[in-house]
Amino acid sequence: MNETYDLRAGESHIEVHKFHGGTILLSLLIAVILQSFLPVYVSKAGILDLPLLVTVYFGLSRRNPSTGLLLGTIIGLLQDSLSKTPLGLFGIAKTIIGYLASSIGARLDTEHPLARFALTAAFFALHQGIVILIQKLLLAQPQPWFTMRLLVACIVNATLGVFIYYLLDRLRKS
Amino acid sequence: MAGLPSRHRSLFLLIGVVLLQVLLLAVQIKQDSQGRLIRVWTVSAVSPVERSGAWGVGKIRDAWRHYFALSDTARQNEQLRRENGELKLEIMQLQGKSAEADRLAALLKFKEKQNKVPMVAARVIGSSADPNSNVIYIDQGQRDGIRKNMGVITPEGVVGKVMESFRDTSQVLVLTDRDSGVGAMIADSRIQSPVGGTGEPLLNMKYVGNDDEVAVGSRVVTSGMDRIFPKDLPVGVITQVKPGGQYKQIRVKPSANLEKLEEVIVLLTTDPLVLKQEPAALPDSSAKPVPPAGTSLPPPNAAANAGRTSDTRP
Repeated sequence: MNETYDLRAGESHIEVHKFHGGTILLSLLIAVILQSFLPVYVSKAGILDLPLLVTVYFGLSRRNPSTGLLLGTIIGLLQDSLSKTPLGLFGIAKTIIGYLASSIGARLDTEHPLARFALTAAFFALHQGIVILIQKLLLAQPQPWFTMRLLVACIVNATLGVFIYYLLDRLRKS
Repeated sequence: MAGLPSRHRSLFLLIGVVLLQVLLLAVQIKQDSQGRLIRVWTVSAVSPVERSGAWGVGKIRDAWRHYFALSDTARQNEQLRRENGELKLEIMQLQGKSAEADRLAALLKFKEKQNKVPMVAARVIGSSADPNSNVIYIDQGQRDGIRKNMGVITPEGVVGKVMESFRDTSQVLVLTDRDSGVGAMIADSRIQSPVGGTGEPLLNMKYVGNDDEVAVGSRVVTSGMDRIFPKDLPVGVITQVKPGGQYKQIRVKPSANLEKLEEVIVLLTTDPLVLKQEPAALPDSSAKPVPPAGTSLPPPNAAANAGRTSDTRP
């Protein structure tokens, strides 16, 4: 458990990355706190979804669906509890994203920046889709499926994700 | 579960966790509760970090300004640089203090003119973790008399209402949020209609009939019908009027600078209020500039002290 190892030796040679103790928890907390703190001083920062980026990154890196979905659940519920949304809205969305990121991470090599950009954009769109679906079906709060703001947010988050993932790569155990 | 392949185990876990959260959502909707206990824990854990962050940002801003003042004067000769540097630093500090004093004086002046209305000043320390909603956190809570559904304003105009109050922190739904709204009317014609958020910087005036005369530039004020805000508080200025199906499509620019809130006032009552009818107490957004971006924050307790010292709560 302490070292990087091949997920399916002899098949895909995709590595499962390990992190120094407390890295995941600390990254998760920093993401949630910054998400809540930054927009007070930089109003445009409201477009970011840092908890989603952290969920996707650790999902792709750990490549264990159970860990990925539980991490998504925790970060999603934390985000819910610091928002006006009912507990579970972001929880469900990020649980699914955590699971999918881990599952995809276990099958594809996701180290290339372009692959990371594309995956983050896709996960962002899917995350928004799940949130809007829950709002429509369970909370009776109709929201538009597509706005220009969402498109811009998708591109901005995917771009930022590539840089944040690069920084988080430094925290891996070599 | 033990006999299942790992892939299926995680799939079952996913289904279980999602179902649990759907149940959690259902319970909250049915009981109209919002998981208050979990929110109290999270907010209590996060708000000290946000308070420290707000204090730290103020300090960094000051240090940043001082750094530039010093590096600029380094180009001059030794003697002049020293003198200039000192003078510039002094001016910077005075400007910072002046901007801060202006903001606090505006709050205080507003409070003094409305001395019959119990209110408390608060500083914005955080915002929503949900990118799609406009919610802020302020550094005053139940201990300061803040309760759910109390109105939140600035001297420039309406900000929103308290959604939830915790011990030392409160959650405020800002007017620009999709779920937000305020009873309003057009100041000149007295046509009443709620004004709500759209999730964007401009607000929407919802139910003004196509036959009603509405001019761009008209001021929109509170009507007092929502029983949260006193009558005649500035809400915004109409920037766009279009004919719609049944009602006009009216866009309103908020009077308060809702994208850059640093200090706010909470009206400490949920009873209907009557605001003192003095034009000076209701400054026009164009006449009263909003606090300039980049000005230094007041000391950590300044806003709170301003609120407490002149608090007229019973």
